[in-house]
Amino acid sequence: MGMSMESQFHVLAVDDSIIDRKLIERLLKTSSYQVTTVDSGTKALEFLGLHEDDQSNTETPSVSPNNHQEVDVNLIITDYCMPGMTGYDLLRKIKESSSLRDIPVVIMSSENVPSRISRCLEEGAEEFFLKPVRLSDVNRLRPHMMKTKLKDPKQDNEENKEESGKPVSRSLEEKEEQQQQHQQQQLHRLPQQQHSNSNKRKALEEGLSPDRTRPRYNGLTTVV
Amino acid sequence: MLGLGADRLWADMNRLLALLFHQGVLDEQFVQLQQLQDESSPNFVCEVVTIYFHESEKLLKNLRGLLMEREFSDYKKMGIHLNQFMGSSSSIGAKRVRNVCVAFRAASEQNNRAGCLRALELLEHEYCYLKNKLHELFHIEQQRLLAAGVRYPMQN
Repeated sequence: MGMSMESQFHVLAVDDSIIDRKLIERLLKTSSYQVTTVDSGTKALEFLGLHEDDQSNTETPSVSPNNHQEVDVNLIITDYCMPGMTGYDLLRKIKESSSLRDIPVVIMSSENVPSRISRCLEEGAEEFFLKPVRLSDVNRLRPHMMKTKLKDPKQDNEENKEESGKPVSRSLEEKEEQQQQHQQQQLHRLPQQQHSNSNKRKALEEGLSPDRTRPRYNGLTTVV
Repeated sequence: MLGLGADRLWADMNRLLALLFHQGVLDEQFVQLQQLQDESSPNFVCEVVTIYFHESEKLLKNLRGLLMEREFSDYKKMGIHLNQFMGSSSSIGAKRVRNVCVAFRAASEQNNRAGCLRALELLEHEYCYLKNKLHELFHIEQQRLLAAGVRYPMQN
């Protein structure tokens, strides 16, 4: 893992498929995120510094001590179907951990199973992406990372020190303005996109979401 | 003269791509891969596809190995290989290969060994075709870059 001089958002990507790891890494780097990829939930937890005996950690949720064993991760994106620990298992472990539960988690899956999607969202996943993941999906990640980063709205490059458990409440307009500025930097090749924070159920709202322009069900049976 | 050669190769490349899209061999996901390639990652598509070839050949070997077993019964294991193959094919936009995997998986779920064998033959055929075409594509691209006077490392 590389340490950058400026603070960038750091994403941990978990996928047992080497191709999908390469793809997600490229997608994230294109969006100017620092990326670490691992091939299993177990390795993800190791990387996050979570050990079995840390479950009873009573530190306040927002404090992540910056010692050499723990790293700052602003978002975790994980595949659902993995041998051993599934993405769902990983999600649960993260949400059960007092030191990790505030890190936003996004699930990816190649299969559109509504009950699976609901379960993940109920367990606390921020988003559920259908594979293959695209740049338009990755562009939805920033607001989730920004929510947990306490900083002056005008500055993007503060150090990631969370001072209290509550995020600064900003007006929705201010947030969207920020998002648009970031998007303009990122989307130089793609048409401008607006996305609402409440549009989590990406796969379920197929056809309703304004930025869904491509067919998703390429021969897969849709489970309704 | 160099410029003309590069232009013609560019046209050849686009014609081949158009054919592959038309035949359904590749889909939009392949375009996504191309869009992720830029100055900071100039060989991205080739790198990903090379990994795909290695993975696929391992999977095909495993699948054939399983089906050739006299006492074969591990359809579950076959399903796991197929899911991997489906996933990676989908990730690079290899639409026809992926669709054969879907049919293969259906036969596997029915414990239909003969159906699986037929699907495997078809899968090997589709994969071969895809690999040949992608190699052709990369070859044209390399020629084009040489003709355009750009120095890039050769990919095998």
